Amino acid sequence: MSKKQSASQLILDPVFKNNPIALQILGICSALAVTTKLSTSITMAIAVTLVTAFSSAAIASIRNYIPSSIRMIVQMTIIASMVMVVDQILQAYAFKLSKELSVFVGLIITNCIVMGRAEGFAMKNSTYDSFLDGIGNGLGYGFILLVVGFFRELFGSGTVLGITVLRKLERVDGVWQGWYEPNGLMLLSPSAFFIIGIIIWIIRTRYPEQVEKA
Amino acid sequence: MEEIWELFRLFLRSAFVENLALAYFLGMCTFLAVSKNVKTALGLGIAVIAVQAITVPVNQLIFDLVLKENAPLLQADLKFLGLICYIGVIAAIVQILEMLLDRFFPALYNALGIFLPLITVNCAILGGTLFMVEREYNFSQSVVYGVGSGFGWAIAIVALAGIREKMRYSDVPIGLRGLGITFITVGLMALGFLAFSGV
Repeated sequence: MSKKQSASQLILDPVFKNNPIALQILGICSALAVTTKLSTSITMAIAVTLVTAFSSAAIASIRNYIPSSIRMIVQMTIIASMVMVVDQILQAYAFKLSKELSVFVGLIITNCIVMGRAEGFAMKNSTYDSFLDGIGNGLGYGFILLVVGFFRELFGSGTVLGITVLRKLERVDGVWQGWYEPNGLMLLSPSAFFIIGIIIWIIRTRYPEQVEKA
Repeated sequence: MEEIWELFRLFLRSAFVENLALAYFLGMCTFLAVSKNVKTALGLGIAVIAVQAITVPVNQLIFDLVLKENAPLLQADLKFLGLICYIGVIAAIVQILEMLLDRFFPALYNALGIFLPLITVNCAILGGTLFMVEREYNFSQSVVYGVGSGFGWAIAIVALAGIREKMRYSDVPIGLRGLGITFITVGLMALGFLAFSGV
């Protein structure tokens, strides 16, 4: 990144043009397991955005003092502390959500987006830029998460955020009601791969320069 | 005898039914990036098995003896420090393993190359530890779980690499080439692995 980017570019570019999941293959690890419901996807998206933004900012602010031989460990420690704060907050104020997310909050530590941005951007740029870059990449990650979560919840259980949209076909007092037969596949893990594959297909049809040389 | 069968079942479950890669999506970044050919995939798979088999039991001991509420060594509830301890242990063990391999098995060390340090940030390793803590495995269970889950991950990445090698000869829609079709392949593999859980 030789030329200076404006603030809006820093935030918006990673969402569509340079999406961390679709283009850089970063951070898919925890992205998929939490997307069976929209509410967990939103929590995860917010958590990752905050962790990426604040850890990038923290690392950028001390970037000139970190000896390069131990920079990985320093970055890891900063990220792990951020994640611990998020984890504790979730356990304190949203215990049910934190139980549903189970180990995946902790796994933000090894989420390659956080590490990748720390190493690739924050070590070379100012605190403020790194903060915006962190937010942008968190949003890019969250965007994919929300789309996947929305479709999986809609087709898998016929609801959006727990509110029934497509009424399930069921027998109430001997009378058949509703019309939608939930697609059980959407609740299973493979569906997330299919949906992300299709999202990548759409993005790359729109921006053909992203297609890899086979 | 009963206990041994119990452990054997745990091994099968962690390797196939609860496959870290295909059922929990852990270690996906490396999984997708390093599965371009079978040979490197195999090397990485073996490294993951080794690291997983050491880190999970070590973290189990740390959790059981130090961090747990009323643990034998420290009578304080330090569970909230868990994450930072586990990742420290993982980073340290990977580093030690790297030095040992370099000293005693240089051939293997050269074959693994860049993959060893990368394992530190592989979610499958930290994930295995976190699952171990969440499910409260004891020491022998954690050893079996470590080996089993690492083994499952290795099988998955070698299988995917095999498929991708063959895929070079197939006619994939342009926008789907590379990453897109890989995702869909992994989805189909995950469907296959679902059969192990008896769905």
